[in-house]
Amino acid sequence: MSRIDAIFAALKADDRAALMPFVVAGAPSLETTATVLQGAEAAGADIVEVGFPFSDPIADGPVISAAMYEAIQSGTTPARVFDLVSRVRPDTGLGLVAMVSESIVHRIGAEKFIAKAAAAGFDGLLVPDVDLSVAAELSAITAGHDMAFTMLIAPTTSDERIGRITTLCRGFVYVLARTGLTGEQTGPPAVAARLATIRQHTDLPLAVGFGISTAEHVKQVTQTADAAIVGSALVRRMAAADDPAGAALKAMRELASGLQPAGRV
Amino acid sequence: MTTLSHVPDGFGRFGIFGGQYVPETLVAALEQLEDEYAKASADTAFTAQFDSLMREYVGRPTPLTFAARLTEHAGGARIYLKREDLAHTGAHKINNTIGQALLTKRMGKQRVIAETGAGQHGVATATACAYFGLKCEVYMGSEDARRQNLNVFRMKLLGAQVNLVEDGSRTLKDATNAAMRDWMESVEDTHYILGSVVGPHPFPVIVRDFQSVIGRECREQTQQMFGSLPHCVVACVGGGSNAAGIFYPFIDDHDTHLVGVEAGGSDSSFGHHAAPLAHGAPGVLHGSLSYVLQDESGQTAPVQSCSAGLDYPGVGPEHSYWKDAGRVEYTSVDDDEALSAFRLLAELEGIIPALETAHAVAEAVKRAASMSAEQHVVINCSGRGDKDVQEGMRLLKSRGRD
Repeated sequence: MSRIDAIFAALKADDRAALMPFVVAGAPSLETTATVLQGAEAAGADIVEVGFPFSDPIADGPVISAAMYEAIQSGTTPARVFDLVSRVRPDTGLGLVAMVSESIVHRIGAEKFIAKAAAAGFDGLLVPDVDLSVAAELSAITAGHDMAFTMLIAPTTSDERIGRITTLCRGFVYVLARTGLTGEQTGPPAVAARLATIRQHTDLPLAVGFGISTAEHVKQVTQTADAAIVGSALVRRMAAADDPAGAALKAMRELASGLQPAGRV
Repeated sequence: MTTLSHVPDGFGRFGIFGGQYVPETLVAALEQLEDEYAKASADTAFTAQFDSLMREYVGRPTPLTFAARLTEHAGGARIYLKREDLAHTGAHKINNTIGQALLTKRMGKQRVIAETGAGQHGVATATACAYFGLKCEVYMGSEDARRQNLNVFRMKLLGAQVNLVEDGSRTLKDATNAAMRDWMESVEDTHYILGSVVGPHPFPVIVRDFQSVIGRECREQTQQMFGSLPHCVVACVGGGSNAAGIFYPFIDDHDTHLVGVEAGGSDSSFGHHAAPLAHGAPGVLHGSLSYVLQDESGQTAPVQSCSAGLDYPGVGPEHSYWKDAGRVEYTSVDDDEALSAFRLLAELEGIIPALETAHAVAEAVKRAASMSAEQHVVINCSGRGDKDVQEGMRLLKSRGRD
């Protein structure tokens, strides 16, 4: 059983949902990212999505784009992200998911990129801008390394396409809470009906992201979702802090307080 | 003879190139666009409306002009200019924006966004939106806005909002990122009028089809004027829309040599040019797989060209397909050669070309020189240079050539 599957199985046994923070590797430095990854489990995170900085991220809002720009400026390359993960891997039981543009995966080569990610200690892969016809190939290669493979479902994704996407996924499925970019919203996302539709296609855990920024949002989303993904809110707090790693871990503790301890509806 | 014109396939692929490398949020909009475009193409009322707008608003057909003094200067083949500079707004970009504005109306959307480099596509989009009464916002890198200040004012005059982009290199690629981000937020009521044969399927095919009016006219005009197809057609290539427009109707005419000219910038070292077909490798940028300039880990490379419209690290997927199939020859012309050609066409023909177009002029003169007087070369004179006079003056001055 892959680590991601094991984490969700354990959570299910506890009747608890997962907190899944997203960080940009190398923003503001790889040392910061290392500190966050080493402390995240104790701060209440179950799985961390580690974003590989890309020069032209079209799917990300201004907060994450700026963090990616900063990370590239500070010399973050895919090779250094792999080094970082191999360094922290022995210290943590977190699930680690590589979130990376197809521009990078294609350039390095899918086989090579995934082999390196697996060797470094990543447990899953998410390529948000992959062409669906290429996703099948990535899904097959990750399977060979016992890694999870996650794809996104948008509010506008057709039923037919949900079927095709969920067939390729392993580990969990990423459900976008609203149309648009990564960024915080003032109101909590309402997704129960959408999750019910998706559950007709798959038994995989459903992680909801985009627009989740407070413990209250986490609480509401995990009434029905299996995991809450927090991206921009965390990256923004890190960007504004003198001690970015400390700010990230503090934010995780707050957000984790919104997780349903038991008896989810 | 192979047929290369029956692309893309059902997955939006030109051979291995193209596709839809986009966030899931955009897929439904692209499917809607593909569907609407298929219906529109098959609807004679739609194509008739497009044709009549091309005639009565854009001023088509644009002439094919014999360039007598340029021919004499080159001392070889007879050189002709396909005069897209005479189309309304002064460049070929209007062909596509009128077509896509019609599609916008058809989809019932009220707002249009666009990216622009040199500003010609922004002006052409603002023009089409003014004509159809659509709300228009144009994203433009602040570095490009500096270089093309006149076009910024033109867009504003046409009622468009110009959003300056301060990210990254503050040029066309960054404006494209910003437009795509906007579209992800606004896809319900907004159409993104992409300006070149780049981006995710179906944009490369839509833009190529609307621009193909150039090549269709050119084929007819050459047959009327000199009784045969041209031996050689030369066009500049940034994203590649004017080139795709003039090349596509000639693709299955294997006796017509097609030459695409990329921006050679200051030199051929990494970061100093904008020639992905010459120096790049297949990679993913802005939604499709095509030749692209990247570093070894997939980050987009910096690019450089005197011409804002060619200053782009990617190129349309169909050009990549034509390159690998050996159907089109791609080469590059550097800033100095382009500036010389900018001046040459002005002095010899009384036509100030866009700096983009000047790249094609430079290459065509070299080609013509080595050809016989019975042969014919057509240059796609893709745009007029009024927008470039300030920047041209600055660049010539900095080289002591003013």
